[in-house]
Amino acid sequence: MILRALWMLLLPLLLLPGVARGQDAPLGEIIARFANVEKFDQTEALVRELGATGDPGVRPVLEALAEGNLYVRKVDNAIFIVPGSGKVLKLIDPLTGEEADEASSSALKKVRVNNGLRRLIRDVLSTLTLGAKSAEARMAAADTMFANPDPAMIEALDAAIEAESDPAVKLRMERARAAAVVLSDLPESDKIAAIELLGSLGDRSVLSLLATVEANADGDLQRAAADAIAEIRSVLAAWDAAQNVWFGISLGSVLLLAAIGLAITFGVMGVINMAHGEMVMVGAYTTFVVQGAVHAFAPALQEWSLAFALPLAFLVAGAIGVAIERGIIRFLYGRPLETLLATWGVSLVLQQAVRMIFGPSNREVGNPSWMSGSFEIGQMVITWNRLWIVAFSLGVFVLLLFVFNRTSWGLHMRAVTQNRRMASSMGIRTPWVDAFTFGLGSGIAGIAGVALSQVGNVSPNLGQSYIIDSFMVVVFGGVGNLWGTLLGAFSLGIANKFLEPYAGAVLGKIIVLVLIILFIQKRPRGLFALKGRAVEA
Amino acid sequence: MYLKSKRRSLVMGAVIVSGMLMAEPGFAQEDTIKVGVLHSLSGTMAISETTLKDVMLMLIEEQNKKGGLLGKKLEAVVVDPASDWPLFAEKARELISVHGVAAVFGCWTSVSRKSVLPVFEELNSLLFYPVQYEGEESQRNVFYTGAAPNQQAIPAVDYLMNEEGVERWVLAGTDYVYPQTTNKILQAYLESKGVAPEDIMVNYTPFGHSDWQTIVTDIKNFGSAGKKTAVVSTINGDANVPFYKELANQGIKAEDIPVVAFSVGEEELAGIDTGPLVGHLAAWNYFQSVESEANAEFIETWHAFTGDESRVTNDPMEAHYIGFNMWVKAVEKAGTTDPDAVIDAIVGVSVPNLSGGYSTMMPNHHITKPVLIGEIQDDGQFEIVWETPGLVVGDEWSDYLPDSKDLIADWRAPLSCGNFNVATGKCGGKGIN
Repeated sequence: MILRALWMLLLPLLLLPGVARGQDAPLGEIIARFANVEKFDQTEALVRELGATGDPGVRPVLEALAEGNLYVRKVDNAIFIVPGSGKVLKLIDPLTGEEADEASSSALKKVRVNNGLRRLIRDVLSTLTLGAKSAEARMAAADTMFANPDPAMIEALDAAIEAESDPAVKLRMERARAAAVVLSDLPESDKIAAIELLGSLGDRSVLSLLATVEANADGDLQRAAADAIAEIRSVLAAWDAAQNVWFGISLGSVLLLAAIGLAITFGVMGVINMAHGEMVMVGAYTTFVVQGAVHAFAPALQEWSLAFALPLAFLVAGAIGVAIERGIIRFLYGRPLETLLATWGVSLVLQQAVRMIFGPSNREVGNPSWMSGSFEIGQMVITWNRLWIVAFSLGVFVLLLFVFNRTSWGLHMRAVTQNRRMASSMGIRTPWVDAFTFGLGSGIAGIAGVALSQVGNVSPNLGQSYIIDSFMVVVFGGVGNLWGTLLGAFSLGIANKFLEPYAGAVLGKIIVLVLIILFIQKRPRGLFALKGRAVEA
Repeated sequence: MYLKSKRRSLVMGAVIVSGMLMAEPGFAQEDTIKVGVLHSLSGTMAISETTLKDVMLMLIEEQNKKGGLLGKKLEAVVVDPASDWPLFAEKARELISVHGVAAVFGCWTSVSRKSVLPVFEELNSLLFYPVQYEGEESQRNVFYTGAAPNQQAIPAVDYLMNEEGVERWVLAGTDYVYPQTTNKILQAYLESKGVAPEDIMVNYTPFGHSDWQTIVTDIKNFGSAGKKTAVVSTINGDANVPFYKELANQGIKAEDIPVVAFSVGEEELAGIDTGPLVGHLAAWNYFQSVESEANAEFIETWHAFTGDESRVTNDPMEAHYIGFNMWVKAVEKAGTTDPDAVIDAIVGVSVPNLSGGYSTMMPNHHITKPVLIGEIQDDGQFEIVWETPGLVVGDEWSDYLPDSKDLIADWRAPLSCGNFNVATGKCGGKGIN
């Protein structure tokens, strides 16, 4: 509390740059004491002490400490900020921010931090950064204050709101102020205004605060809180539904990617390809290899390694697909049971081969920065990697549709599937069409692997986890129809995600499976059944 | 011709692959003691178990360099149960009756252990089981060198409660016996500490669950109630990578909602970019980052044995290290590899563990271990932030479950019972013994 009061006094001063700088000498002394800490509570005391100086100069030190970049040089117990890693490290003076020296990593000892400390540092920094230059830092500061509302901060926040130019940051500051007002001794009218502001934001995180107000207050205040809670709940219900739809679409896009190759090999050609999942795995491992190669030979292109991996994964998986078709499947056309067993055998061989080449453990495939993190739309969180995968899967779908309906190759493919003998009599080389169709299906599975390596594991078992889902989508959507696969994937995804909050992930999956079985009983050919002679062929 | 050679090469390939699958070290010589290694080298569990096979081969090689055991060389017999639970029982039988091994080191999942139990009982052999498990079991022929729930789960929850001030709990796990039993114990424990039932959220997911969007959002919403929230994760194996990726992408930081995991170690982190995960926790009895001479030596031997400086060490490896040395010591003490003699001799045997202390085999066939809590670092290692002041004795029958709190196990004569009920004074309270 005393500390907070101190902030209140100091903050207005801090907001004016250049005024009230602490003196360097005591700061250096406090920092030097990091060399002797043994326990976390000692570090904690030092962090508090640094914060209490109110000197903006402590920021780099505290930030470095939170990130684990603060080191002690073993020879002379001097403290340095050491960004980056490696054998030889640059030492940066914590006060001046200038490069002081170099040292090998073995000559340094890290100042240890844990979660509690990182949290404390964030809190200490937030008060220091309310007037920071970057909008992001100010926003973070406002959010931290909102998380720990304290009536003593109201004045500081008022000053900050006054000076703020960025509307988004200003809103966060007002939110933090409103939270503090609700807990303060200010007149009831102020509090009701604050509650109304909080209610209008429709934010989940204010619910618990309002609930405590509702429980402890009476009269108008209680009524205002109850109204605000009801308002937030109704807004949130709509957002929750939207969020579920988005989750469903994103799960659907993963299903679509995994299944669309199968929609070609199983749907169009009628081959039950149990090694389909392994083609996805081959694509994912290709991504891993490409990423390693890019890292070794062209580190500058690291961010775009996925772009190189896509065509390569298509070629590698496609080539394996053609090899399987030429080597095994073409002898087994018209014998579905044998095809099933043979391709299952192939899947085991491929799995074990990958296990022997790359080892049994997971391989790390990095996410490029444009696929990491998330952004918010209202109360909904959308992660970048999911968004890209949705876009990518739709792109692949459109491309395939084009190949099938607008190219001569697609025409041949459709001709062969519909009536093989007639197509053959018309001069189409059916064996080649078979091989290429199978290669195309496998290649598409390969590029699905590139995308799936961004959300899941890259391990020899990768394929197994997708094969059942893929068959489910293709059978549900209707064999031999790409549109059916698209609709099947998205409806299964959305159904799954709407069931999950109520039934849990395990039961949700079972319910979906039961529903599909019932559906197939009613419509054995799936959503979009092919009609006419093609079916009998 | 073209076709034929293609077909032939395919057959050749198949032969080579199957040959490698079945590879077993050469024919037995008369004067060796055989040690069985029963870990999956293919299938789902190969990801975790292959390393344990390697560490056993290393330990046996090291022991042979020291002159073997009872004047004889040790010989490893490796079989591959292929992550197939019934096959575990068959392979165990093959190890004992065909190869005549003196002891078996193996199994990972509880299902596989349960499947081999009757075999070890019937043929009276020894199994050293190196993985943390749910407890509620003590068998005469089995030695549990991994952690019981009180050697991992309960200290971890204590840490979060006392050091991080956590008041709201998400118990997330994969849907099978280990997470379910552990969560039951934890729920009872938390409620005994005064946590309200509405402050505990339990969530199960299928094996290999890959779409964590809904659950991570639920966790985030559950954590926005104003009370400090933590996730206790018994999520197993492959499902962890997408779970942590989703946490990172949705911006859940360890400072806000820390996740403490019981099945995530150095090996599992190898498949993830740990940058966004710094600060999430794991509870184990050993971390590669432990500073002790024994550990430095162990890591050096491991790197030399595998010829790969980047191979990490983990907790189940340490369990095998302890178990193997205990067996060696017990055999030396008994002067024979006869299972009955070893079972009698091994209780009370103490060997150094890798964290700088000694572990002892207790009469309940569990061992004493320190409990360590580590925070994930950006290099994929753990930084130890807390450890129990002393060693913790493995408690096979949990004190927090109503139907097992009166049970104890003591395999010394005259009790010789794995489920002695102290309330009724009878052996055979619960379970299959």
